Amino acid sequence: MKRIPVARIILTLLFVGMLATPVILRRLSLRRGQPDAGHTDCQSALARYGFCFEEVSKQAEVNFVHEAPQLDPKLDPIMPEIASMGASVSIVDYNRDGWPDIYVTNSRTGSMNHLYRNNHDGTFTDVAPELGIADVNKPGTGVSMGVVWGDYDNDGYEDLFLIKWGKPELFHNDHGQGFTNVTAQAGLPSWINANTATWLDYDGDGKLDLFVGGYYPEDVDLWHLKNTRMMPESFEYAKNGGRKYLFHNLGNGHFEEVSAKVGIDSRRWALACAAADLRGTGYPDLFVANDYGVSELYLNDHGHFHEAGEQTGVGFAPKSGMNAAFGDIFNQGKYAIYVSNISEEGVLIQGNNLWVPQEGSGLHYQNMARDLGVELGGWSFGAQFGDLNNDGTLDLFLENGYISASKTRSYWYDFSKVAGGNSSIISDAAHWPAFDGRSLSGYQQKKVWINDGSGKFEDVAQATGVTDRYDGRAVALADLWNTGALDAVVANQAGPLLIYRNTVAPGNDWIEFDLEGTRSNSSAIGAQVMLVWNGEEQIQSVSGGNGFASENDRRLHFGLGKNPHIEKAVIHWPSGAVQTLENLTPNRLYQVKEPA
Amino acid sequence: MTPPVAVKQTAEVPSVPRWKQMLDSRFAPPVLITLILLAGNLSFGILESYQKTLLAIVTSIATEMVLGRIFLHKWPHPASAYITGISVGILLRSPAFWPYALCAALSITSKYVLRYRGRHIWNPSNFGICAMLVVASASVAGLSIQWGNNFAAVIVIWVLGSLILWRAKRFHITAVYVVSFFLLGFLRARIIGDPWQSEISPMTGPMYQLFIFFMITDPKTTVRTRTGQCVVAFAIAFVEFLMRLDQSVYAPLYALFWVGPTALFVEMWIDSRRTRAGGALNPQPARP
Repeated sequence: MKRIPVARIILTLLFVGMLATPVILRRLSLRRGQPDAGHTDCQSALARYGFCFEEVSKQAEVNFVHEAPQLDPKLDPIMPEIASMGASVSIVDYNRDGWPDIYVTNSRTGSMNHLYRNNHDGTFTDVAPELGIADVNKPGTGVSMGVVWGDYDNDGYEDLFLIKWGKPELFHNDHGQGFTNVTAQAGLPSWINANTATWLDYDGDGKLDLFVGGYYPEDVDLWHLKNTRMMPESFEYAKNGGRKYLFHNLGNGHFEEVSAKVGIDSRRWALACAAADLRGTGYPDLFVANDYGVSELYLNDHGHFHEAGEQTGVGFAPKSGMNAAFGDIFNQGKYAIYVSNISEEGVLIQGNNLWVPQEGSGLHYQNMARDLGVELGGWSFGAQFGDLNNDGTLDLFLENGYISASKTRSYWYDFSKVAGGNSSIISDAAHWPAFDGRSLSGYQQKKVWINDGSGKFEDVAQATGVTDRYDGRAVALADLWNTGALDAVVANQAGPLLIYRNTVAPGNDWIEFDLEGTRSNSSAIGAQVMLVWNGEEQIQSVSGGNGFASENDRRLHFGLGKNPHIEKAVIHWPSGAVQTLENLTPNRLYQVKEPA
Repeated sequence: MTPPVAVKQTAEVPSVPRWKQMLDSRFAPPVLITLILLAGNLSFGILESYQKTLLAIVTSIATEMVLGRIFLHKWPHPASAYITGISVGILLRSPAFWPYALCAALSITSKYVLRYRGRHIWNPSNFGICAMLVVASASVAGLSIQWGNNFAAVIVIWVLGSLILWRAKRFHITAVYVVSFFLLGFLRARIIGDPWQSEISPMTGPMYQLFIFFMITDPKTTVRTRTGQCVVAFAIAFVEFLMRLDQSVYAPLYALFWVGPTALFVEMWIDSRRTRAGGALNPQPARP
C-alpha cells in the first residue's frame, strides 16, 4: 500500500525536474556563451580572442545611408516587410591598383549607388558618379538589390552586373576609367525581380557565365501592381516566385539564357546563391538558398545540372534560406555550407543550417549548426566565413535583424497569424494586417562566431566590438588596407554602411593569394587553393558572389596561426590546370597568374 | 492527446462485434492522425525529420507503459500515448532532438501527476507543448506555419476527422468551437481593424486541424454532458479570442490549457454538491 505513494512522490519530483531542466540548461548556456557581453575593450579582446573590430566608416569618410524601396502604395500597410531588402555590398579592385574598393547599392527610386575607391590611406572616395555607375535607380527601371563583379570579357578588369527588382544591368569596366552600360547588347531580359546572382564558368570554356535567381515573379512590377496577389503562396512550400536564369557567355558580349537546357528549372523564391566545386569534378556546383522553402543544390555534370537538394540532405526541411556561404571549417579540404534562417525565441525556431559533408560514398550533408553553436542568429541574413584572428581556422560573421521600428510593439503575432494560413489568404498582401510602426525581429545583436578548431564556435561579437543593432543584410570580408587582417563591411537596410576595421594580435601569421586566370576566366572565379601547413590543409575558392547580396574580396586570405611552416599551396584552376606553389613564406600576398 | 472515443453513458452490453468496437474506439483516431502525418510529410515534408517524430512517439509510449505498469498495475493500451507522441512530433518545432523526448515524457507524466479525484485534468499533449513553450522558449516553437498550398488536403482531413468524431459522438464539440472561432474572428476584425481574412487565417492552417479534432475533443479531459461540452468549446474559443486580442501567438493552446481543467473542476464541484445533496439520480460510471 505504501509503494504507490512513494512512487508518486518520486514521479512528482521527476516531473518537476523535467520542467526545470530546460530553464537550468538555458541559464548555464547563457552564462557560458556570453562571458563578456557588452565588454568592448579592444585590448581585452586582443588578449582573449586574438582580434578586435573598430567601426571606422566616419574616419574612412564613408557616410552612406541606405534608402529602402518605395513601392506601389497598395502595399503601404506592409511596406516595411516588402521593402526590407536592397542593402548590399561587394568588394572589387575595379582599377587594379591592388587595393580593395567597395560598391554599395541604394534602393529608393532616384537614389544613387556608390563606388568607394580605396585611397590607400584609410579613406575612401565615392567615384561612382564620374564612372557612370551611380545613377542606376532611375524611375521605370526598378532599383538595386545587389551587385556581383566578374570579368566577363577577360580583359583583366572586373565588370559589374547589377541585380535589381527591375531591369538587370551589365556594365563593362573600361580599364578602370569608366563603365559602359552594355545591357542591350548582352541580351538580358527586360525585367527580373532578383536578389541574388553569381558569376561562374559552368561549362569550363574559360568565359564567365551568370546565374540569376528570381525572387518575385518577373511579370510583377512592384511599382505598378495589377493586384496585391504577389506574395508567396506558402511560407514553406512556395513555388510561385521568380524564375531562374543561367546566362551562357557566348564570348562576344552576348549571353544566351540556357537554364532549362542545362537542367535548372525552379520558381522558388531565391535569396542567395553560391557556386563552388563541391565534388572535385572540376565543374562548379550551384547552391541556392530559397526563402519560403527548401534549398536547392544543383550538381554540375560537366555543364549539365541536376538538382540534388533532397538527395544530399540540404533540401528536405523547408525554412527561410537567406544566405549561402562555403567554408572549410574543419580544415579537411571540404566545404561546409552555411544557410541563414529565422529564429525568434518562443515563436519560430528554424535555426540556421551548417551543412557539413559526411564521410562515405556520395555527397551527403548533415546539419551541424546546433552541435557547433552557430544555429541561433535571430532573423539572420548575410554571413561570411573568414579567419578573423588568423589562427588557422575559419570564423563566421553573421548579420541579422529584420525590421527595427517600435521598441515596444512587435508584428510577430500578426505575422504568425497569417503565415500559417492557406495560400488564398497569405498570397494576397491585402489580407495582411498593417505594420503600423511595429518591429519584426528588430534591434538584434550580431554574431561573430570564432572557431576553436575543435568543433565549437563561440559568439564574441559584443566583446570584439561588433555592437551595432541595425538591420543587417549583407557582409563582405576583405583585407581593405593590406594589413593581413580581414576587415568586415556591413550593409544595413535603411541604415548606414559600417566598416569594421580588424586588428589582429601579433603572433598569428597569414598568407593571401591574388589569382588571375589565363586559360581560365581572368577573374579566376572558381579557382581553388588548397593550402597545406603545419599538418593542416584548408581549401578556399574564388567566388563570383556569395553570402547574401554580397561579394568578398577576390583575394583569398588564409590565417596560419603561430610559427607556421607552409608546405605548399595547390591551385586547381577552372581550366583543369593544377599548379603547385612551394617555398611560400607567411605574411605575404602572392599574385599568381595561371600558367599558359 | 487521447483518442476521441465515445464515453459510454450506460453499462449496456455493446451490440457490435468487439473487433468493430475496437476499430472504432481505439484505432480510428491513431489511423487518422497517422494519415495526417504521412500526407503532410510525403506531400510537403512537414516534419523536420522522421527521427524526431519517432523519438516523440517512442518516448511517449515507453513512458506510458512504465507509468501505467507502476501506477495502474497493467499495460495500458498504447493508442493514447501514440497519439500524444505523434501530436508532439507534429506540433512542436525544434532543430534539436531533446525537446521532442522531453515534451513527450512531460505530456504522459502529467497524466499521472496532475490528477484530481482520480482524473487527470490536462490534455497531455496540450500540457506538454504549453509547458515547453514556456520553459524552453529558446529551443522550441509551436507549429505556426503552413503545410500546403491548396484546400484539398485540408478538406480530406476535415471530412475524415468529422466522420470519426461523428461516430464517436463528439462532432458537436468541434462544430461549436469552429463556428465560435469564425464568429469571434469576424468580431475581432471589426474591433482591431485588421482584414477579416487574417483573423480566420489560422483556422486554415495545420495546427488547428490537430487542435479541433484531437485536443479539444479528448474525452478524458472534457466534461461529460453534451451541453457542457458545447459550453466548454465556446469558452475555449472565447478565451482564445481574448488572448488573440492580446496578441498571444499560441492563443488556442493556452486557452485550452486554462479552460479545460477549469471546466473539469467545475464539473467535479457540481458533482460533489449533487452527491452531498443526495440528488444523484443517475450516477455516472467511474472514469478510467
